[in-house]
Amino acid sequence: MIDFAFMSDTLLKLLGALPTTLTLFFSSLALGLLLALVVVAMRVSRWPLLSYPARFYIMLFRGTPLLIQMFLIYYGLGQFPAVRHSVLWVVLKSPYGCAVISLALCTAGYTAEIIRGGLQSVPRGQIEAGQAVGMSRWTLLWRVIGPITLRQALPAYSTEAVLLVKSTALASLVTVWDVTGVAQQIIQRTYRTMEVFICAALIYLVLNFLVVRAVAWVEHRLSPHLRERPLGAPGKPTPETAPHS
Amino acid sequence: MTLLQMLSFADTGWGMALLKAALMTLLLTLAALLIGALVGSVIAAAKLSRRRVWRWLGDAYSILFRGIPELLLIYLFYFGGASVVSAAHHWLGGDGYVDVPPFLVGAIAVGLISASYQAEVYRGAFIAVAKGELEAALAIGMGRAMRIRRVLMPQIWRYALPGLGNVWQMSLKDSALISVIGLVELMRASQVAAGSTHQYFTFYIVGGACYLILTGLSGRVFNFAEARVQRTQRRNPAQS
Repeated sequence: MIDFAFMSDTLLKLLGALPTTLTLFFSSLALGLLLALVVVAMRVSRWPLLSYPARFYIMLFRGTPLLIQMFLIYYGLGQFPAVRHSVLWVVLKSPYGCAVISLALCTAGYTAEIIRGGLQSVPRGQIEAGQAVGMSRWTLLWRVIGPITLRQALPAYSTEAVLLVKSTALASLVTVWDVTGVAQQIIQRTYRTMEVFICAALIYLVLNFLVVRAVAWVEHRLSPHLRERPLGAPGKPTPETAPHS
Repeated sequence: MTLLQMLSFADTGWGMALLKAALMTLLLTLAALLIGALVGSVIAAAKLSRRRVWRWLGDAYSILFRGIPELLLIYLFYFGGASVVSAAHHWLGGDGYVDVPPFLVGAIAVGLISASYQAEVYRGAFIAVAKGELEAALAIGMGRAMRIRRVLMPQIWRYALPGLGNVWQMSLKDSALISVIGLVELMRASQVAAGSTHQYFTFYIVGGACYLILTGLSGRVFNFAEARVQRTQRRNPAQS
């Protein structure tokens, strides 16, 4: 019933497109994170001239589908001669560049909100304690606020990373040949939907599993003080059993 | 053509087409939300089951529908659905290729994706219902059906509402992907209008603005509903 020769052939073809999906993911993740840091810095500013544009940015990119953002950048911007003659055109003329930019812009909106959630979880007392021992603003950010925010934001960030892996599939709609694009092409040629789908789905599931494991590993490394004490270690005689969040 | 002429509601403008398409998007998302509520509550029940097999099945559903790109799932339902329907048609003695209605495929695809997220919302809401209330209901002799109807359900809705709002917004944005199988909803209508007028930038901006209006308005509706159900809730002293 299952045609293994066809399956392995399909899997090989799809794996050939995996580097495209991976580079799409990593470059938009990195760009998106950088942009999110800028947006969140503006968002938490007391100055309305900074915080309102950031609010607007977040509303804009979280309130519209990624597909329309991608089409706007790919088809919409190329319509203007001013854009075609600017430096930006080096990136915007390629479907791949447009896909990376729109993925990064979109994920930055979501990531900014995740980081803001992490920032809000920093206990007021810890900041005051830092000020009391005479830390400067930057030391406070680097030593107290940053690490706590990072740890709080990581679980939500892993969800966002998985969503981003899934979103890279949309790049196939602006003619980037990623895993989904190649899968769709094979389906339309052979009409063997199920076999191709299983192969492509397997690739994405493994990818997402690795992303979740990687973030969980970072989280584990960053929170040694929240782990249960190994038995026999010096310290309190009774092991701590209080639930951790 | 000026912008106003292009967007007018007369025969020459695209206003009416976009309005109809926005209604189609709403209808599709609503259908998806209902399918998702049905399937999602079954998945939530499976995840909360005492039997390990059920829990395993519920988790497998979550992993599959939350780990595979939406676009790929839509292709599966569209192309796969077409071959299943055609096969059934042949088996019943018909011939030729049978098309499946894109609305149905879209609603099922977005619905099943939304079910995987709704399941988590319902599971969380069930856990949030205080155990003591269920025990009290049992103690005064309520039957199983009455406990579910009078104690469990009213509270599950209340706890699930904020999460459902998020799922709704997500499904609204996922519905744009149904444009790839040819259903004329907001995304597809913007594409068609942009293609035939060559005003890509304008129509994608207008389409995006329509989505913003939809997400903004439905956010308001959910906020209102949340405030409404909170009225009967005893206020948490820590929050006030």
